[in-house]
Amino acid sequence: MDTLPLAASGGDAGPLSAAELRRLYSLMVAVRHLDTSAIAWQRQGIIPGYAPELGQEAAQVGSGYAVDTTRDFVFPTYREMGVARTMGVDMVGYMSTHKATWHGGLYDPAASRLAPIQAVVGGSVLHAVGWAHGQTLAGPADGKLGVALTYFGDGASSQGDVHEAMNFAAVMKAPVVFFVQNNGWAISVPTERQVAGGSVAARAAGYGMPALQVDGDDVVAVVDATRRAFAHARAGHGPVLIEAMTYRRGPHSTSDDPGRYRSLDEERDGAGVDPLERLRQRLLADGIADEAFFAEALVAAKAEEEQIRTGIQALGPRPGAEMFDLVFQETTPALQAQAAHWREESEHV
Amino acid sequence: MSNSILESGTPGTEAAATVMSMQQALNRALDEVLAENPKTVIFGEDCGRLGGVFRITDGLQAKHGTQRVFDTPLAESGILGMSVGLAMAGFHPIPEVQFDGFAYPAVNQIVCQIARMNYRSRGTLPMPITLRVPSFGGIRAPEHHGESLEALFAHVPGLKVVSPSNPHEAYHLLKYAATRPDPVIFMEPKSRYWQKGEVDTDSADAGGGAPTGAKVMREGRHLTLVAWGAMVARCLQVAELAAEDGIEIEVLDLRWLKPIDAASLAASVRKTRRAVVVHEAPLTSGLGAEVAQLITQACFSTLKAPVERVTGFDVPYPSGDLEDEYIPNIDRILFGIQRVLEYKRG
Repeated sequence: MDTLPLAASGGDAGPLSAAELRRLYSLMVAVRHLDTSAIAWQRQGIIPGYAPELGQEAAQVGSGYAVDTTRDFVFPTYREMGVARTMGVDMVGYMSTHKATWHGGLYDPAASRLAPIQAVVGGSVLHAVGWAHGQTLAGPADGKLGVALTYFGDGASSQGDVHEAMNFAAVMKAPVVFFVQNNGWAISVPTERQVAGGSVAARAAGYGMPALQVDGDDVVAVVDATRRAFAHARAGHGPVLIEAMTYRRGPHSTSDDPGRYRSLDEERDGAGVDPLERLRQRLLADGIADEAFFAEALVAAKAEEEQIRTGIQALGPRPGAEMFDLVFQETTPALQAQAAHWREESEHV
Repeated sequence: MSNSILESGTPGTEAAATVMSMQQALNRALDEVLAENPKTVIFGEDCGRLGGVFRITDGLQAKHGTQRVFDTPLAESGILGMSVGLAMAGFHPIPEVQFDGFAYPAVNQIVCQIARMNYRSRGTLPMPITLRVPSFGGIRAPEHHGESLEALFAHVPGLKVVSPSNPHEAYHLLKYAATRPDPVIFMEPKSRYWQKGEVDTDSADAGGGAPTGAKVMREGRHLTLVAWGAMVARCLQVAELAAEDGIEIEVLDLRWLKPIDAASLAASVRKTRRAVVVHEAPLTSGLGAEVAQLITQACFSTLKAPVERVTGFDVPYPSGDLEDEYIPNIDRILFGIQRVLEYKRG
């Protein structure tokens, strides 16, 4: 579904090459394997919790693939592991948030161009608008603006902040791409009990903003839509909304029990064909990859997961002094006094 | 109501001092901050062409351009949320929330995002945001236009809170706050916007240091009145009246409501051995409780009476007709002083 037209073409990039398609597959396999492994880590007691993104690999890898990390900035929620991996973020640092090491993760958000992991639903969407407006204020270096890519879900679309963000961005013509992963469920509440008007994409027209509703399980379609949206925003034409239609195949989190709100039959019907399998069939049909390539990609994914797991297991708790030291850039006497008390009274110091 | 006490009480050299209103002092501070730091941006509802409903940003858009001073849509969460992103992009946002009560819709962004982003990002994404909030009561305004939110903000880890009491303090505290790398809630006492006073633009405090702590606005030896914002001028009036009865009251302008200058509180009360804290906000869990505890902790053995609080009541901020019954007035402050002076140990 396209509403208002985009003012720019797909930008400099042409159709995805065979090498790029294979790269996308490798990324999706790596993400799939890390994601399913993280559930196992939780069951094994390696991490206390995790929010899986099973079934959203195409939406996440495809959109993250369009990011130019030399000038764009990405604002995730707590379920964008696939985006982080695609952007090349340090994954031990990323997954550390799920080990309860540090809220937001240990990776460097400024250097990674990925804002800290955000636990407030819809919380960072406005940050993307501010960052993007900053690009407009600073002026594009070469006539092309850095773009803010902000993720949220069908549940977050109910938040007032999301409305404010879309309106602000449209009024200020800020270079923002609003990327909605409509995965059908906000914990236990299905989209039809969440989103009035049929879709999130339909709302864009009210802001005078172009919207693209794409098959979020088709990674090629997602890359194409995201590149088109980026080109529009980068050229200074303002924000774009993408609604990637996908399905949350797993639980909301490792604490969730989907059996209480949906049956296995409903789950199978809603999920459709696995996005990873879809790409595999496409690559096979087009003669772009063979079984040996797929096997190799899986071996690489397993090796990567092992490396990340080793890194996570090796992570100890952060020094308690960081609780105090990282509150402010300029600390306060009260905070220093509390830190001193803690040092005196804690047996762990 | 005269303000001569407050104005004559402002320290500073005669040569550099000019008389201006708090509105003018704040406007001048913002003008200078814009000129000194090209990354500073001012925005909010009606901040641009209109110059703000209180004219604090008057003329700044015309002088510095629509890129530096601009109007936003009417949504406080949006204003504060976009401040986070601008700070992440290297700017120093100085957003305005038009009235205290309008900060409530932005509390999620202030508390969950602005206050925590430096911590969450392990110091890599500082939040140099100076949030100006016309605050407190006293102007016969509609509902939600007379709130005192300092205890709410002071309770939130990651925020700093400051409130000026006169034009001189307004000029220096805003210039200081707007150059800090951390988020500062800057609470402007709107009832004092149009009161004039001497501003020494050269020096914030005697001695020339940064305006980081509390400040003795009048010296005394019998009792310390602790106040901030608009209540400082009222306490200075009370001190003048009490002096007629031979009671010498020290008035301490707390200025920073977070971090609170505990050392200055202790130094003053060790001398006077009695303290009354005055604020407009409701009594229960107000900042007066924090001040009383800090004093008690530091001065328990020398205190001659429990620290008294003279505050607003635990009621929604009333309509204009009842405003004077709610805000601590001279009589209520004098009664509070009397209770402390007449206290007898059981």
